[in-house]
Amino acid sequence: MIVKVIDQLRQNISLLARLGLAALVLLLLWDVLLLDKSHAHIALERLPGFWALFGLAAAVALIVLARLAAGLGLQTDEDYYDK
Amino acid sequence: MISDFWIHPALLLIIGACALPLVRGAWRLPLLLLVPALAFGAVLSMTPGTFGVVQFADWHLVFGRVDGLSLIFAYIMALMCIIGTIYGLHIRDPYHHMAAWFYVAGSLGTIFAGDLLTLFLFWEIMAFASTFLIWFRGRSQSLAAGYRYLLVHTVGGVVLLAGIILQYQASGSLEFNLLTSSSITAASCLILLGFMLNAAVFPLHSWLPDAYGEASVVGAVFMCAFTTKTAVYTLIRGFAGTEILIPLGVTMALVGVLYAILENDARRLLAYSIISQVGYMVAAVGIGTPLALGGAAAHAFAHILYKGLLFMGVGSVLQMTGTAKFTELGGLYQKMPRTLLLTLVGCASIAAVPLFSGFVSKSLIIAAGLEEHHYLATFLLLAASAGTFLYNGLKLPYLIWFGESRCSSEVWQRAADPPWHMQLAMGLAAFFCLLVGIYFPYLYNMLPQPVAYQPYQAYQLAESLQILAFTGLVFYLLRGWLRPRPTITLDLDWFYRLGGRLFLWLASRPIQATDTAVNNAYRSWGLTPLMTISRFWSWFDWHAIDGVVDGVARGVRGTGERVRRLQAANLQINIFTTVLIVALLLLLYVFAN
Repeated sequence: MIVKVIDQLRQNISLLARLGLAALVLLLLWDVLLLDKSHAHIALERLPGFWALFGLAAAVALIVLARLAAGLGLQTDEDYYDK
Repeated sequence: MISDFWIHPALLLIIGACALPLVRGAWRLPLLLLVPALAFGAVLSMTPGTFGVVQFADWHLVFGRVDGLSLIFAYIMALMCIIGTIYGLHIRDPYHHMAAWFYVAGSLGTIFAGDLLTLFLFWEIMAFASTFLIWFRGRSQSLAAGYRYLLVHTVGGVVLLAGIILQYQASGSLEFNLLTSSSITAASCLILLGFMLNAAVFPLHSWLPDAYGEASVVGAVFMCAFTTKTAVYTLIRGFAGTEILIPLGVTMALVGVLYAILENDARRLLAYSIISQVGYMVAAVGIGTPLALGGAAAHAFAHILYKGLLFMGVGSVLQMTGTAKFTELGGLYQKMPRTLLLTLVGCASIAAVPLFSGFVSKSLIIAAGLEEHHYLATFLLLAASAGTFLYNGLKLPYLIWFGESRCSSEVWQRAADPPWHMQLAMGLAAFFCLLVGIYFPYLYNMLPQPVAYQPYQAYQLAESLQILAFTGLVFYLLRGWLRPRPTITLDLDWFYRLGGRLFLWLASRPIQATDTAVNNAYRSWGLTPLMTISRFWSWFDWHAIDGVVDGVARGVRGTGERVRRLQAANLQINIFTTVLIVALLLLLYVFAN
């Protein structure tokens, strides 16, 4: 049953992508139009879509940092310690 | 009088472990289910108080300090022992279960220890027993990894013991309470270092992926739960509010994420993820307010469940296909759908998706950080959360179960959902992950101090969902950068692994050369006179003593032969037996009093 559901989803991958995009837009709309920001801790948080931007920036920064570290020679062959 | 009756759950596990090899056939299964259940029952039946007090020489040893903090940790440890044992029911080798139970007993003993000496005793049982969980994988690499693990923890244990001795000398008491109340001393620093090593605090962390990546499938499920979280317990107890732990914890959270993003071996990825998650707890201990300490305990509780679940899911893949490397997997949803579904619960929990356990525990730590105005630290922890969703919520399931299949035909054929008991264990863990996430008072009511905190508020939900959703977008756009590569990533264990090689070189080259030179000199200057003398004695021996000695010699040779055989037997079994006997004697002595 699980396999069938996943197969179905994979066949409609473009629909899924559009749904995902719609969810992102809805989240942003919620943030801009409805959300009570009196609970914010720092002033920056009151920017519209702050947490969306934060997530975006954090994820990109972590991937770039990791790839940088790998490029500096931290990433190496699997048999490194056996040589 | 029922409160006077107190039985140590560790004792139940140790007795059960010792009985296991004696029980064969159909009786083993009930025993495997019964003993952890009894230990869990013993924890459930406890009421706060001080039990198992023993006067040993000049020392006042406390085996049972039962309070809110020790109870929540003991509860989750005993529960995980049940789940882990069910997961490993297929293992026929009784010594494998025995090592696991001794390991859990060590952890429970540490948690209930009211004094530093008892703590140290169980601390070492934990280190020794868990080493066997690595060795039972049975590969040559795991043998080496096990020795490295044992050496690192022996060094950590010695540092801890040194601290304990200094502490005893300075204060005249072995009591284990907050160690930071007076000024900073060498003793408390050494004890902190010992605890930090077991909590895998950066830069003392690299033993963890090295060992957990090589442990047996079931061994890793146990190891991921006990060592680091027991250390978190000791940090809460001894070092709450030690500010240095905040930057250290944040560093752990971020370093763990970076390594996990690069990792190709799914179990090593999960190991780095432990470092990252324990980073949250360590930072929370550093913050030190009741809300933060409650957060550390709650996160440890949630973490044991979802990390156990993740190690069980990936362990099932390793067990069934023979590999846990992303470069050799992919597209497995068709072959292992149930494992996928259950593992996804673990992924959602660790990524702190609302309605899953990580969300209600991590929010406590974040809220405590913001409340105390540690803005930089808290925002970095939130960034690490985005990373956690990236590598554990998206990369891990995507590269194993979705995308193109990189499986060899053999891997593809072998792949299937694991036996029923493994699925049952995963199902249990998944159930508790959801229970904690949905009905959070279950967890919050167990916290040592009540917290007035409501995780499901509009602002927190918006914050979490935005971070998660936009991290998902980044994954979708940059997934090419995360494609698996057949590589390893060097970590700080490089220093001692190559240091060991340098020592080997020293031993084999310069030291060997000196030895040879001395031998040669001895041969030419010492041997000739000796030969002459010995020829005389040989004559004397032949004619006079032989008759008398012959009989004695035969006896000696027989004994020597037996001793030789004893020594040649497996070294690991010898160590295990020795430790076992010592532990048993100690416990017998203690409980006989």
